[in-house]
Amino acid sequence: MSIPLSLLAILSDRSAHGYGLKSRFEESTAGAWPLNVGQVYTTLRRLERDGLVLPEEGEGGARQTWRITDAGRTALEEWFGTPVEDDPPARDELSIKVLLAVAADAVDVTDIVQRQRVATMERLQRYTRRKRAADPERELPWTLLLDALILKAEAELKWLDLCEARLAERGR
Amino acid sequence: MTAPRRDGEPLLRFEDVGRGYGDGPHAVRALGPVRFDVRSGELVAVMGPSGSGKTTLLSLAGALERPTEGRVLLRGRDLATLSAPARAALRRRDIGYVFQDLNLLPGLTALENVSLPLELDGVRLAAAREEARAALDAVGLASLAARFPDDLSGGERQRVAIARAFVGPRELLLADEPTGNLDSVTGERVLRHLRAACDGGRTAILVTHDPSHAGWADRVLFLRDGVLVDEAASGAGCLVRVEDGP
Ligand SMILES: Nc1ncnc2c1ncn2[C@@H]1O[C@H](COP(=O)(O)OP(=O)(O)O)[C@@H](O)[C@H]1O
Ligand SMILES: [Mg+2]
Repeated sequence: MSIPLSLLAILSDRSAHGYGLKSRFEESTAGAWPLNVGQVYTTLRRLERDGLVLPEEGEGGARQTWRITDAGRTALEEWFGTPVEDDPPARDELSIKVLLAVAADAVDVTDIVQRQRVATMERLQRYTRRKRAADPERELPWTLLLDALILKAEAELKWLDLCEARLAERGR
Repeated sequence: MTAPRRDGEPLLRFEDVGRGYGDGPHAVRALGPVRFDVRSGELVAVMGPSGSGKTTLLSLAGALERPTEGRVLLRGRDLATLSAPARAALRRRDIGYVFQDLNLLPGLTALENVSLPLELDGVRLAAAREEARAALDAVGLASLAARFPDDLSGGERQRVAIARAFVGPRELLLADEPTGNLDSVTGERVLRHLRAACDGGRTAILVTHDPSHAGWADRVLFLRDGVLVDEAASGAGCLVRVEDGP
């Protein structure tokens, strides 16, 4: 996740001070990725050095507010305009574990797949419980985040089914 | 079902149930042995590859088939000991069934299809139609009530079959892949409806290939080659950091 661009995205609406940035970031992303205030200040100083934000006149210290510059807006537009490419894929522990288990003859892959299936399904059930409790209109970011997590868990389950089926075919 | 509810007694119990077809060299064991309970108010999902016995399990639960091994108990009563009329009444009044191939009557409108089980059970026509309309409304089909099944899309037909299974006081809902043709938004709407029905005291078994639909269940049973190999139960806690939403 790009913290600098996330902060620019929030500043594109209106200026804010460090703590306000932290809370607005967390609000917009349903609290799933907590930021600490120290991280926010360090990032703001880097953005200032690169000419993407400027401190506003007036109070300094903790109440110091920041605004986005024209260069900042350009950088932000570029980010929003560029599709996310997960290629090469980020390191994924489950894929690695299963591939290594297939390679290691002594390991029972089916057992790993079955345990994982139960764990992933239970995670999916927990997300669904959260979604049930959420109001999709008032809590849109939270609902969208849960949708994403649920569909990732779904993809994982379908992949585990495929692993199992392919291993069974190989075993014949 | 008017039998008094005894505490701790499951609504449905599969007691080492098996179902075989044919004999001699052509014998197939479609299911079993399986053992599990479903408590009143639970939503249980069943997942498994094609041919793993999901439809067989559901038709045993719905008294459409008899087991060749073990017993299926509904409120403690062995379904195999019921007379044919008692079984028919059970299927009409107490059990709502969504068939994999839907079984809608082509000569009846959506509304008439949904209303029929109530009418057969002696509910007055006007009251039956009113309930049927509410059931169609709950699956988002109120405006298509007058259409015949042939003039509906696959997903709309599925929702009519779901409404028909839900209508009336049925307390056990058995649904065989009822959401296969639905887009994600409509699928979620049907699952919310099913979930609310169970939260309101009904009980359901849902056969599905969709993990995100199974996610609405309290428990997910995994079938492989006719036997239950695993079970997932939704516990507490969540990997998302925020405990109770934003
Ligand atoms: N009436 C039948 N006669 C013979 N075999 C059957 C019959 N019904 C089901 N089977 C077999 O039992 C197994 C389980 O079938 P089914 O319960 O329909 O599986 P699923 O619904 O999971 O696809 C399959 O191998 C199927 O061919
Ligand atoms: Mg089937």
